[in-house]
Amino acid sequence: MTVMSFLGAIGAAQREAMEADPRVIIMGEDVEANVYGTMGGKSRADKGDFLQMFGSDRIRNTPISEEVMVGAAAGAAMTGLRPIVDLSYSSFLYMAMDQFVNQVAKNRYMFGGQASLPVVFRSAMFYGLNTGAHHSDRPYPMFMNVPGLKIMVPATPTDAKGLLRTAIDMDDPVLSFEACLLWGLKEDVDEGEFRIPFGVARTVRAGTDVTIVAISTGVHVALQAAAKLEAEGISVEIIDPRTMVPLDSEAILNAVARTGRLVIVDPAHTTCGAAAEISAIVAEKAFDCLKAPIMRVTTPDTQIPFSPAIEKQLYPDAAKTIDAVRKVMAGRSRGAA
Amino acid sequence: MTRPNDLLLEMQRRMLRIRRFDERASKMVKRGEIPGTVHTSIGQEAQVVGSCMALADGDYMTGNHRSHGHPIGKGAALGPLMAELVGKANGVCGGKGGSMHLADFKVGSLGESGIVGSSIPIATGAALSAKVLRNGRVSLAFFGDGAANQGCLYEAMNMSSVWGLPIVFLCENNQYALSTPAHTVTAGVIATRAAGFNMPGIRVEDGQDVLKVYDAVKTATDRARAGLGPSLVEVVTYRFNEHSEGLRIATDYRNPAEKEAWLKRDPVKMFRTYLEEQGVADAAMLDAMEAEVMAEVDASVQFAEDSPYPELSVAFKDLYTVPFGVTQ
Repeated sequence: MTVMSFLGAIGAAQREAMEADPRVIIMGEDVEANVYGTMGGKSRADKGDFLQMFGSDRIRNTPISEEVMVGAAAGAAMTGLRPIVDLSYSSFLYMAMDQFVNQVAKNRYMFGGQASLPVVFRSAMFYGLNTGAHHSDRPYPMFMNVPGLKIMVPATPTDAKGLLRTAIDMDDPVLSFEACLLWGLKEDVDEGEFRIPFGVARTVRAGTDVTIVAISTGVHVALQAAAKLEAEGISVEIIDPRTMVPLDSEAILNAVARTGRLVIVDPAHTTCGAAAEISAIVAEKAFDCLKAPIMRVTTPDTQIPFSPAIEKQLYPDAAKTIDAVRKVMAGRSRGAA
Repeated sequence: MTRPNDLLLEMQRRMLRIRRFDERASKMVKRGEIPGTVHTSIGQEAQVVGSCMALADGDYMTGNHRSHGHPIGKGAALGPLMAELVGKANGVCGGKGGSMHLADFKVGSLGESGIVGSSIPIATGAALSAKVLRNGRVSLAFFGDGAANQGCLYEAMNMSSVWGLPIVFLCENNQYALSTPAHTVTAGVIATRAAGFNMPGIRVEDGQDVLKVYDAVKTATDRARAGLGPSLVEVVTYRFNEHSEGLRIATDYRNPAEKEAWLKRDPVKMFRTYLEEQGVADAAMLDAMEAEVMAEVDASVQFAEDSPYPELSVAFKDLYTVPFGVTQ
């Protein structure tokens, strides 16, 4: 084990995969300069950078042309490469929406299984850093609405490394949404090769009174809330789905069956968000287990303003989460008047 | 450019396969035997076949909604294509693609596209893999004069040029984006746009002559294979049928005199005459080829008829490598 930051873990997974398989390439804006997690070590000088290690054939700076970047990665994947595309900001994915929806997601299906698409699209969600509306999106829910894509939203360095390695090895297209607020987060991570399966949630914290399903930075918000609530005698269980597609709905339903109460902490917008989908699944399949209405802690349906005075208040935080937990704890039991 | 006789005869055979296949498909749409519609390549066979024959068997190709000619030109079997048009289980895409989304990976056909211009980045990626894997393959992106005004074409031309990718951008300029005359929505000449991306741009004015198309595209594929990077080839041609079969447009958007002049330049008839005049084949040989192609088209229709429709479970197949959720 060694201490790795979230971003360092992403770099380590990419380095491992590049070393293991010559078909893996990295393409994107500024990848030669190791800007967004392509670097495995502490610095270029100490570990050598990817360009030095793998050469310009496999580490490719692209023009600022998201549409061809995404489509070409798909075409390369369909013909024998295993590209990792670094799209930098998540908001830039919209520039390539046709390629994501009409080519990446549909080609395997539409051509009757002839196409294989081993390709990973990484992007960073810069919310909470005063970068204004064009750089602060959390767009994973809109891609959950596109069958054919897989989606990972890691919340820890270990999950980032293990999930990304699985994603690179997989023959399906994966979108990785990485929150920048987590970049500096450090923990002990296995420096050897390991893979975390998609569709398997992680129990972050055991508890008996209420289940919080938390996504991305929501996991850390939920942990803060749980520590405070414990002092009040409320026992909180936290589940991190880790991948939104496939979603481990069984783990969520089992947790709700145990606690009877559900709060979802999801930094995306409220309408048709990940929290909305999880709520619907639980309402459909575990209604009888619920002792109180489901509560969502999400970002309200407004755009993200620049001013530091009014940005952070919009996202889920510990106070809002505690408030939601108290509400579900006060919720009437089934059958009560 | 050397063009042995067997190459010339294969060109005629492939043009005939497209013509007879699309004539049959058109009839089947009108009789309700093919659901939805189809976009035929009738009239554009020289442009399609001249391009495809300039590719090697292992080379890649992507296309568009005017879709049947491309895989046929690349040598695909007709039965699975016809079964796909009808929506049958033995279709080349298992009945999930249909006319606009044919693909036959066995012959390097990586997929047609119902979104104008959308497959151009895919072809660019195939060229990228050929370069990185050093497998000597070349990629060709078919797109129409309509797609020549899509932004992704210029993103692809720029990236291909700076990376020296082995790709040919093949503009099938049939002069109309559905009913809109290309010159009313297109500035300048499409082929000359290549200059802005530091690549050769060739315009084949007579796209009804399969040899002129072949020579231009062969120059481009040879160049790509030699590691000299991409080219843009614009081929001027004309579709003989309506934009799609069964489509009725109230206004006569194509000048009757223009249409008549182009109909006289039928690429299949013109090349047959050429082959006879040059002594490559006599009338009996070419009649026999016609009969063989007709039999092949008949057999493809029979193959489609004999194929079952897909089970409903197929609607959930092939979404992911390992099924989960509703795909299980």
